Amino acid sequence: MHYLDIIYRSVFIENLPLAFFLGMCTFLAISKKVQAAIGLGLAVLVLTSITVPLNNFILATMLEPGALAWLGAPNVDLTFLGLLIYIATIATVVQILEMVLDRFVPTLYNTLGIFLPLLTVNCAILGATLFMVERDYNFTESAAYGFGAGLGFFLAVVALAGIRERMEYADPPGGLRGLGLTFVTAGLMAVAFMGLAGMDL
Amino acid sequence: MAESAKELLFNSVFKRNPIALLVLGICSALAVTGQMATAFVMCVCVTLVTGFSNLTISLVRKRIPNSVRIGLQIMVIATLVILVDQILKAFYFELSKQLSIFVGLIITNCIIMGRAEGFAMSNPPIPSFVDGIANGLGYSLILMLVAFVRELFGSGSVFGYEVLKLTTNGGWYTANGMLILPASAFFLIAIIIWVMRTIDPEQQEKD
Repeated sequence: MHYLDIIYRSVFIENLPLAFFLGMCTFLAISKKVQAAIGLGLAVLVLTSITVPLNNFILATMLEPGALAWLGAPNVDLTFLGLLIYIATIATVVQILEMVLDRFVPTLYNTLGIFLPLLTVNCAILGATLFMVERDYNFTESAAYGFGAGLGFFLAVVALAGIRERMEYADPPGGLRGLGLTFVTAGLMAVAFMGLAGMDL
Repeated sequence: MAESAKELLFNSVFKRNPIALLVLGICSALAVTGQMATAFVMCVCVTLVTGFSNLTISLVRKRIPNSVRIGLQIMVIATLVILVDQILKAFYFELSKQLSIFVGLIITNCIIMGRAEGFAMSNPPIPSFVDGIANGLGYSLILMLVAFVRELFGSGSVFGYEVLKLTTNGGWYTANGMLILPASAFFLIAIIIWVMRTIDPEQQEKD
């Protein structure tokens, strides 16, 4: 139940793009077509599900104060290196995932492939890891959180793409066309998602 | 690019504003604009990091092998961000708590990567430094604008000083709760984009 709660919270209440504005660049850029949005959403889902628990593992076994006791150095605190390590882990996972997919699942690679390199520098992926660190999740909790955070991004980006496809028939003022209108839409979606805030499982 | 330092500065802040026109780095722009103080700290951090990452990368640009350049750029940026983060934690602990993860997220701010890749890799150190600072300032301009509106009308104050006296304190101004909500930043940026693109119709998107 505790894990379900974490997933539920991260999908709806603490939705990465709509409540914390993480991953905005890709969120706004790749939401013109539902098809592309599904690809991007899946890629984010896969990546957060892998990188958040992985970073948690690295944090627990190497960086935390006392974590290096197995090496005979119980007084070493490497948490200040965190940022550097997390981003390196993410970049590595992206690279490996790309190669594995390309070699063994070419069809999936064709859907996700173009988005993967983009996601190395996506705030949503790094943000999920940083929230995990800030909230002191343990390994299973962080696995649940990573999955939930990715799912939240998936939902939000697909929903936004659906709305934007519909809006092609709208006739906004010139200055608002495209980006401006997308911002307004995302804002309204964020307000709608806030309606879920008080709910508890 | 044979722009003088002054042109470079002006163009980056207004004509090629990273947030409003290139849609880069908005992630953090929206989240920290509830109060001017946090937004200001964020602006200083981002401007410094862009400036110095551009400078560093430009200094070593001729020695960076092409195949690993992205990785190296991220390493330079991440190191600078760690420095900023540690300094904030050491001297301004309260502020660093408020900014929470957003200082760390400067690493993935597309403006910094974009300038490193797009400008610093092909230009000498001094112009690169100016370009980095200028883009940081362009980012700051929008951030401070959004934060100003949100704090003034959302909680009646500017930098924490009460300007519009709130009804809750026996004044006349009823705070607009909408603007405290993060969602309002979306609408404010939409308005800024609208105004900028109406002034300069070249920026409008075609169908």
